[in-house]
Amino acid sequence: MILEAVEAGMSLAQIGAAIGAAIAVIGAAFGIGMIGKSATESIARQPSAAGNIRTSMILTAAFIEGVALFAIVVCLLVVLK
Amino acid sequence: MRAEEGLDVSKLIFEHLGDSYEWHIVEGAVIPLPCILIGEQGVDVFMSNKLEHGATYQGYHIAEEGDYEGKIVNAAGERPFDISITKNVLELFIVCTLLCSVVLGLARWYRKNGSKKAPGGFVGMMEAVIDFIDKDVAKESIGHGYERFSPYLMTVFLFILTSNLLGLLPVFPGGANLTGNIAVTLTCAVSAFIAINFFAPKGYYKSIFWPDVPIFLKAPLPIMPTIEFIGVFTKPFSLTVRLFANIMAGHIIILALTSVVFVTAKMGTAMCASMTAVSVLFCIFMNCLELLVAFIQAYVFTILTANFIGLAHDE
Repeated sequence: MILEAVEAGMSLAQIGAAIGAAIAVIGAAFGIGMIGKSATESIARQPSAAGNIRTSMILTAAFIEGVALFAIVVCLLVVLK
Repeated sequence: MRAEEGLDVSKLIFEHLGDSYEWHIVEGAVIPLPCILIGEQGVDVFMSNKLEHGATYQGYHIAEEGDYEGKIVNAAGERPFDISITKNVLELFIVCTLLCSVVLGLARWYRKNGSKKAPGGFVGMMEAVIDFIDKDVAKESIGHGYERFSPYLMTVFLFILTSNLLGLLPVFPGGANLTGNIAVTLTCAVSAFIAINFFAPKGYYKSIFWPDVPIFLKAPLPIMPTIEFIGVFTKPFSLTVRLFANIMAGHIIILALTSVVFVTAKMGTAMCASMTAVSVLFCIFMNCLELLVAFIQAYVFTILTANFIGLAHDE
């Protein structure tokens, strides 16, 4: 299947970049989903701490999204070179 | 996606994302910007419409291909010292003028009316924003001595927020991809690097090069010092890439969704109409998401810088 795609004109680099971006997004979605789950559970346990928890949740999600975007930037570099 | 007579989508997207020597408003209405070049023949200043369609002026032309594609090169193919006012530079000037006029206007309002009446309207909203950065970001993260860094954090927050928001507008004063340009985010990260490392007490440098860890991690082979020293550079690097990639990805998605309309134009009326409806709905959704991302990215950059400054001062 990969050999057919290669013969059809795509190069292995492009296939690798697309698969790499997809795997990075899966990891990021999984991580941010876990943060959301524990943040909502904590707010349900103690609604008065909702402000603090919301801030920590956004901060941690931004870290994880930053890492996923490193991977996206690398994949874009592979496709464009 | 390419078609023989259709729209070259990837070229369109990269033209919108990149920098250029003129500001392209609609097809036919183009604002030419000054080119300022310092080469072997001295200083040359001229408007960029002299160079459109591949013309050569004063020995300079815009390279069509190769390493310097889209940039001005001289007859031998080398780059002169190029300090032209390009689209991103003009956008930087617009953002700075906007920020200075708003903030200095606020300061004048407070000087005249600060002790007499409570602020309302726009002044009240800006006071809420500035108070938020001062108390909930700077004071929380830095603690004692936060007043020195509060103006810097406020500047970086308002600059990134304004650039992100202006990047979402499609028409003239907005629409330039400023924070989606890695040079601009790199400069913001370098300013954060300076704020973190050059205003720290002596204990900070000691904690990098001789940290408080068991002796086997630092004496024959400096493992922990090396890791800490690399950490000094990875923090601003992650700030750069996070902001750049978030904003650039958002712009690419919006441009690609908008191009769906034009790409499906050749495929028949029913297909085009339905894809246009889908594209408009998704574009509205993506623009709202990008609005949220603009605020979040400015906030995250500021709070991470404040955290790093606070960590440097704890040591």
